[in-house]
Amino acid sequence: MMARVLKIIFFAFIVKPVVLVVLGLNVGNRQNLPRKGPAVVVANHNSHLDTLVLMSLYPLLDIHRIRPVAAADYFLSNRLVAWFSLNVIGIIPLERKARSRPKVLFEQCEKALDNGDVLIIFPEGSRGQPEQLGTLKRGVYHLLKNRQDTVLTPVVMHGLGRALPRGDGLLVPFNCDVMVGESIAIGADGQELIDNLTIAYKTLLDQCLTRRSSDVV
Amino acid sequence: MINVPQHAFYAMCLVLALLLLATVIRLTLKACNPSRDYTELRQRIQSWWVMIGILFFVLLASKNVAIVFFGFISFLALKEFLSIVPTRHADRRAVFWAYLSIPVQYYWVSMGWYGMFIIFIPVYVFLFIPIRMVLIGETRGFIASAGVLHWALMLTVFSISHIAYLLMLPDKNNLAGGMGLIIFLIFCTQFNDVAQYVWGKLFGRHKIIPKVSPNKTWEGFVGGLLTVAVFASFIAPWLTPLSWREGLVVGLIIAVAGFMGDLVISSVKRDLQIKDTGQLIPGHGGLLDRMDSLMYTAPLFFHFIYYLHY
Repeated sequence: MMARVLKIIFFAFIVKPVVLVVLGLNVGNRQNLPRKGPAVVVANHNSHLDTLVLMSLYPLLDIHRIRPVAAADYFLSNRLVAWFSLNVIGIIPLERKARSRPKVLFEQCEKALDNGDVLIIFPEGSRGQPEQLGTLKRGVYHLLKNRQDTVLTPVVMHGLGRALPRGDGLLVPFNCDVMVGESIAIGADGQELIDNLTIAYKTLLDQCLTRRSSDVV
Repeated sequence: MINVPQHAFYAMCLVLALLLLATVIRLTLKACNPSRDYTELRQRIQSWWVMIGILFFVLLASKNVAIVFFGFISFLALKEFLSIVPTRHADRRAVFWAYLSIPVQYYWVSMGWYGMFIIFIPVYVFLFIPIRMVLIGETRGFIASAGVLHWALMLTVFSISHIAYLLMLPDKNNLAGGMGLIIFLIFCTQFNDVAQYVWGKLFGRHKIIPKVSPNKTWEGFVGGLLTVAVFASFIAPWLTPLSWREGLVVGLIIAVAGFMGDLVISSVKRDLQIKDTGQLIPGHGGLLDRMDSLMYTAPLFFHFIYYLHY
């Protein structure tokens, strides 16, 4: 309960105003965003802002149900960051190294999905080069192959890597695009899902207003 | 609350009455053809209520509130501009300084330091931003980037701050004040957009510049021009220090400049192959889609009256 209140305060007084005033979003097809779980939002990843921007699109009363899946080795490495990530943001920590035992690996994700939460997963695995799409990993497929009824929604964000790129502490205001796609079927083949996801990302990237800006140099 | 000059107050009432009329017409249209979709018209008129509501609120609140408000508009416009045009990742810090110039420019406005207000962006910021870029050291794409940054600042900060400076001019028409000047400028500019659109819809045949904007016709342009000039000559003596003759000229200036400003932003959008510059204002598009004409009319109107009366 305490964590839920903290989360609402943090988003109401810090994240939402910053996203609204300092950034400014061009949101496409907001109605496609899954409001209820079990659902997974798969987004591209360029900046720490990605998670906060995605979560800020949700009403404050729903926000406790939105759970970003984040690397345990990064976000739990320091006590302060760990407390903040777990209690205020409500991340689900994932041990990126523990590849051998998927049961243990996904335990918390499974629990959240059973609970009707909406997970945010970045299938590129890390933030990568600014505004460039890295290779997509298959973890989402392994998590969902036995949960075919889960809503899987692709989202592409653009411009956040320019506002706050990896390895830079200075936030520079820029408008950013958030394009939400239609949900895609999980299917029975990991590679096929990755291919479909890649196609969805490319289509959504073309809808971005701020896109051409970083095509030059 | 500061004292509201009498004529400025009447002008506000008139604008609100027009908005009310637009709303009534929309509701009548909807009642007459329930099957047609008027969503965009509804959004446009609702957005007008919000924009005019905010504008009148800040004008009535105090001079400083209005100045901060126009500074905030500059910030949103600059952000929108830099988000759609090509900028390099290497320029992030130069862009940051460009944003910082906004509070400084509006500070000069608030203290009424005309000499500094008029040269700060075109001299100091103009010289400084490329220096900051040199220190970053990325030379590939330098020319385009330096050009874009300065152009953006001139359009969104220098031009728009002229609207705010109207509030600092000494009262030459005590019945209208600086508020009267702002309402006159904004109303004539937006009225010109509407008048050109209506004349174009009714009689438009000969396209002026089909490559940039296929909807602009000579009939619309000339119709709007005459309408605004006549309107301005009637209303100028009432809201500004201008005589009716000067009002006629300023009406012509506003009509031509507004038309050009619209085309300049249209060309930017054509170049980038986008339809709107953003999503800030429902039914209108981005802030630049709404401010395009004003960025051209504001400095020209300002310097016309400044030369003649101040």
